Amino acid sequence: MKGLYFVLTLMLATVVSSYTMATHATTINTQTISTKATSAKTIKIALDHDPISLDPHEQLTEKTLQTSHLLFDPLLRWTQDNTLEARLATHWRNLDAHTTRFFLRDNVTFHSGNPLTVDDVVFTIERLKKSPDFKALFDNILTVKKVDRLTFDIVTKKPTPLLLNLMTYVFPMDHQFYQDKDRVLKFGKSFASYNVSGTGPFIVTKREQGKQIDFIRNPNYWDTSSKGNIGRIELTPIKSNSTRLAALLSDDVDFIHPVAPLDTKRLENTANIDLITLLSSRVLLLQLNQTKRAEFQDIRVRKAINLAINQQLIVDKVLKGLSKAAGQLSHEQFMGHVEELQPLYNLDQARQLMQEAGYASGFRVSMITSYGINAQVAQAIESMLAKINIQIDLKAVPAAQYLRAIDERSTDLLLMSWLSDTQDSNNLFEFLIACTDEKTGFGAFNTHGYCNPAIDNMINAANEELDQTKRRDLLQTIEKQLAADAVFVPIAWLHLSWAAKRHINLHTIVNNQNLYYLGDTVVSD
Amino acid sequence: MFVFLLRRLLQACIVMLIISLLSFVIQGNLGDPVRQMVGQSVTSEEVEKIRQEQGLNDSFFQQYGRYIKNALHGDFGESYFYKEPAFHVIMAKLPATIELTLAAIILTIVIAIPCGVFTAIRPKNLASHGIMFFSTIGLSTPIFITAILLLYVFSALLQWTPSFGRGETVSIMGLWESGFFSLDGLYHLILPSISLSFILAPLFIRLIRSEMLEIMESEYIKYAKAKGLSSARVYFIHALKNIMLPIITIGGIQIGNIIAYTILTETVFQWPGMGSLFIDSINRVDTPVISAYLMVVGVIFVFTNTLVDLVYGLFNPTVKLAVKDV
Repeated sequence: MKGLYFVLTLMLATVVSSYTMATHATTINTQTISTKATSAKTIKIALDHDPISLDPHEQLTEKTLQTSHLLFDPLLRWTQDNTLEARLATHWRNLDAHTTRFFLRDNVTFHSGNPLTVDDVVFTIERLKKSPDFKALFDNILTVKKVDRLTFDIVTKKPTPLLLNLMTYVFPMDHQFYQDKDRVLKFGKSFASYNVSGTGPFIVTKREQGKQIDFIRNPNYWDTSSKGNIGRIELTPIKSNSTRLAALLSDDVDFIHPVAPLDTKRLENTANIDLITLLSSRVLLLQLNQTKRAEFQDIRVRKAINLAINQQLIVDKVLKGLSKAAGQLSHEQFMGHVEELQPLYNLDQARQLMQEAGYASGFRVSMITSYGINAQVAQAIESMLAKINIQIDLKAVPAAQYLRAIDERSTDLLLMSWLSDTQDSNNLFEFLIACTDEKTGFGAFNTHGYCNPAIDNMINAANEELDQTKRRDLLQTIEKQLAADAVFVPIAWLHLSWAAKRHINLHTIVNNQNLYYLGDTVVSD
Repeated sequence: MFVFLLRRLLQACIVMLIISLLSFVIQGNLGDPVRQMVGQSVTSEEVEKIRQEQGLNDSFFQQYGRYIKNALHGDFGESYFYKEPAFHVIMAKLPATIELTLAAIILTIVIAIPCGVFTAIRPKNLASHGIMFFSTIGLSTPIFITAILLLYVFSALLQWTPSFGRGETVSIMGLWESGFFSLDGLYHLILPSISLSFILAPLFIRLIRSEMLEIMESEYIKYAKAKGLSSARVYFIHALKNIMLPIITIGGIQIGNIIAYTILTETVFQWPGMGSLFIDSINRVDTPVISAYLMVVGVIFVFTNTLVDLVYGLFNPTVKLAVKDV
């Protein structure tokens, strides 16, 4: 009996002491914030994932970029209306077709206290060229030459029209801090995935992977003109759509992304909550595997499939009118966008084409897509193609199996989406249209097996063309050629959606690339 | 007793070996873990290089052999996502799941025993009909629907309860993160534990009721009543104690179901336990965590079943563990 009492007392003591410790910790935090900015606000964010790592070069995903914008600053960044804005690079000029000179902002310090110099930029770009995820993007950069402490030249192998777009991926890292500990590791612990020294507006205070990340504002942030008043960010991943929504409705969080299409109606009618949906440039398309199915080699069949699918109906019914029906790959903000290419729907003509091709009685094909909204679109396509007697064996699989199906080209029809890394049409063409080349990574997601050397030449030419009009011509010619050959079926440009408490001023935060600059966000009372 | 435990330990080892083999076979079909770790524009050459480094291109038996060898040294591999030993990752999540399960079991006991006994001794009472009606609904509603409904009503509409997570936890001797000792933690426990017990309680209400109905007809209960014992003593000591054996047996089997249900409950409430970890790991093809989870769950099964066998003896001293015949 005595032993039991002892255990109980011990437990009580631990509980009491942990309570005191917890209260103590909170006091310290509030103090640091209140001394720096009296009006500092806390914002609680719930997203569907948390970043896999704090290393900005470990994985090229939206989540990594979002985190990078909190902890680091890029040389240039995209504004809300998709123009480029100077950040750590103040200005730049072209010296010749291969060389661009950049001027770095002075008086910027890293979280560690080290000053930002050209050495950090050189270190960062060299590291990017070693990262498996980023090396393809930076492949064209030959060297970075240091001119003086704050000036550097970027020398490219070929003339690079999209050099400035690329610079939005350069978030200078503190080279003295990461020195000799800069390995990019996909599997296993690396120094950079747990330790950060950037120039960004926020500092990580606590990170429990898969559960929560806490940030506080960097008291020494260089951008003193920024009116941002967020002092603390608590970021929690919530996987389930309905739980994330409930968390917002019950005041447990202030800001959520994404919002399921089904829930948007409900939120529009909720007082005190803002809902914003923006069209992104992510395009959803149906690829027809010509290598696997002889039927798809017949252009009449490909045209018939294009005519049988009613993009507008899919957008209205499945995507709740939030996305936009597509008749091509290039989003309207892209250079390659051709206004005349609109989605076509004509069932009679489709049936006639099938008859001419000798497939009036149709055939049976396999189709793979990933879980989620794509699977619902796939079901709609299944019933639309049934009308021209194409029977589909549809399989929705988790992301990992879906990527395997792409790598192995093992399915007849594939519904997939793609977001251009460079905000330019050519990135879409390189990955989805170019002939597959293991070495260069071109055509890595070309599962339709269409290979047209003339188009490949145009893609390469557009990569080097500095004259904007000529470049536009090239990209639009490719888009028109693809439509004439009915290579794939463009379905829609997908939307992004966010919801937040009204005082967060959501409209000042979001853009259609899903990057948030919370350092500059002004939250109302 | 000792021999009994030793035999159980041997069985456990065989079970573990089979589970590890099965989990390895399944993993081959989950997809490519490397593809999950890289962005969209990585060349297949790079992917191949990483696969080679990770030994993912070796034959099935090579990989399995390596796994068993490491496992015998207590190394279950390193999680691809958490970048920590898989076993540690699971152990860090274990307290959350155990506390949730424990809370649900306590709730179930508190609800099921009084309700079960009441419906048996007053079968004609209106309240009994009500209880039976709700137990039918509880049994036939999938747990994720119950959970989402509770979440919607009590969190989103009424804003009485928190919507996700565990809230504030208290570390006990640095070993166990507990939500039992903080108000916030208890507050967060309400909805998840209710939705878990929603599926368990009806089952036990019905079980206790039918067992009680049967035993109330037996001679010794009639005799006890005739002797003038208080009805509370008759129902709860004489009757209830004697129907505990089948209930404990079913309870032991239900432990397995609870583990399955925690996967769903934890996903809905973003409860940071083993269940949601398992689902996430499957989606990420985090194979070391998947294997380690299956192993840990296997151990829990063997452990609870052994415990159930030991508890038999407490309720009915005539039950002998397989000791004497050895």
